[in-house]
Amino acid sequence: MKFFMNFPVTDTSHTLAEYRTRFGYQALEKALSMTPTDVTKEVAASGLLGHGGAAFPAGRKWGVVKLDDGEPHYVCMNADEGEPGTFKDRWLMECVPHMSLEGLIIGSYALQGRHAFIYIRGEFDLAHRRMADAIEEAYDAGLLGENILGTGYSLDVVLYRGAGSYVCGEASAMLASLEGKKGWPRNRPPRLTVKGLYQKPTVVNNVETLANVPVILRLGAAEFKKTGTPKSPGTQMISISGHIAKPGVYEVEYGYSWEKFLYEDCGGMQNGKALKCIIPGGVSTKLLSASEIAGVTLDHNSAVAAGSQVGSGGMIAIAEGTCMVRLAAVIQRFYHHESCGQCTPCRQGMGWMERILNRIVAGGGRPEDIDQLYKIGEANDGTTICSLGDSAGYACSAILDHYRDEFEYYITNKRSMYDGNLTVDDPFADSPFADSPFVNALAGAAS
Amino acid sequence: MTGLVQRLIPEFEVWKRRYPAGFDGSLSIPALRRIQEERGYIADEDITDLTAYLGVPRTQIDEVVAFYTQFTRVPLGKHHIQVCHNVSCSLRGAEGLVKHLCGRLGIKAGETTADGQFTLTTVECLASCGTAPMMMIGDAFFENLTPASVDALLTELKETS
Repeated sequence: MKFFMNFPVTDTSHTLAEYRTRFGYQALEKALSMTPTDVTKEVAASGLLGHGGAAFPAGRKWGVVKLDDGEPHYVCMNADEGEPGTFKDRWLMECVPHMSLEGLIIGSYALQGRHAFIYIRGEFDLAHRRMADAIEEAYDAGLLGENILGTGYSLDVVLYRGAGSYVCGEASAMLASLEGKKGWPRNRPPRLTVKGLYQKPTVVNNVETLANVPVILRLGAAEFKKTGTPKSPGTQMISISGHIAKPGVYEVEYGYSWEKFLYEDCGGMQNGKALKCIIPGGVSTKLLSASEIAGVTLDHNSAVAAGSQVGSGGMIAIAEGTCMVRLAAVIQRFYHHESCGQCTPCRQGMGWMERILNRIVAGGGRPEDIDQLYKIGEANDGTTICSLGDSAGYACSAILDHYRDEFEYYITNKRSMYDGNLTVDDPFADSPFADSPFVNALAGAAS
Repeated sequence: MTGLVQRLIPEFEVWKRRYPAGFDGSLSIPALRRIQEERGYIADEDITDLTAYLGVPRTQIDEVVAFYTQFTRVPLGKHHIQVCHNVSCSLRGAEGLVKHLCGRLGIKAGETTADGQFTLTTVECLASCGTAPMMMIGDAFFENLTPASVDALLTELKETS
């Protein structure tokens, strides 16, 4: 069963007219004929779990907001997709922008919001244009604005474009950004559903989560739950990249065999190489070796039992022969670059970890470096406002747990066990500049 | 107030209609994006004027400009090339792509060519992992790059300059 990738993508399949031929906005009509509380109950009954990475029950999040508190309520679509390896929300916004928009309107009705927001990452171009067009089409069709479909319900949607910040994908940082400030996360409590955007009750849902809402309303919770597993109902959009033969976006029913997905649907590894390990759901989830995914299915319980998470569905396949020391340095450069600088353990620790890894890569590793990396990761665990620092520690420790021998070899021999190799089939191997020296510290943001 | 911000205020006023009333500070990021689109960078006078228009503390605008990587206080090259060098792109040859661009343009990452045509920057994940290696020029994504496709693109950009 597929809820999203079940139609041929063409130059016009994203438009309102064509979306209407695929049940478009029928769920909104149905929702507007129900009471807001009943809409929330239906979503809660479906067991829909958040698709942004944390898998929090979506209906429960909506249910926390008290409709009679006399406050404005806001629903924000988190379209700040930036978890490395993740590009499924981009597909949803480019190919079915109306689906998550319909979910946002239904969610806003359920929470009786008058304004809703879509926070889209600044680097998205086509996704942004498609979403902007979808919103204008919806206004023109009376699906947004005053008195939607003659029901008396009114809603305005702001499409808000970020300006380059990974941490703004964290919900409280996103709301700070929506208020026009730097994207610093903040401590809870109070929860965002109590004091969120402009200090008012706010629900933040991922693009894919909201795209599921019209499906649930249309089918009914009972029918929706027939897809997937009892504890992970529905489907998961998976974006797969790295050393895989057929990278791209896929939709799988929860409970699908992980090996079948990799070796059949995705065609196995590039050039028939063997799988070394896999990052399951964005770099912030712990990697699993090839043997650890044997018999594991793609759903939350199974992934957690295997020692990781479904996360954001951003899967990265890594082939045998890849230097995990250099890969760890690439990952850590990212976390250092994106640390917002608010909490000391992360602000300091991310740079320490990156510099240690770069020193090992440059041949100056010391025997105590491995323990030091573990220690800095542990010092971040639970000591910072958001989970960026924790995630860097998890990512690094998972690599060290699995491939400690590669680090020891690199430190002892001052060179990589795999010649520092990161690619299977390097398209730039024949470049006239292929042998020019590698500059490790490439960081060079414009500002 | 004279100049760019003054000229853009009618546009900003239109945007306001969809926001809840009383939260003009929210317009800072969209307004700065628009200003940079016009000028190519954020000038001192833009910060001063925007602060006055939005009625927010100057530090808020200063912080926003410094915090978000897409904002720049200095002019960049006519074509801003941003190469993703995060995990998935690295596994597909981003390092070779950066070396190739450095070689062809005669600059290092973070620099601008002497003729002001190209700025080369390395960036983190642009959510184009399945079509790596990739780069962004201006707002457009260029994916599944090879030495030949990069060379063709650079030639085309130089000719249109």
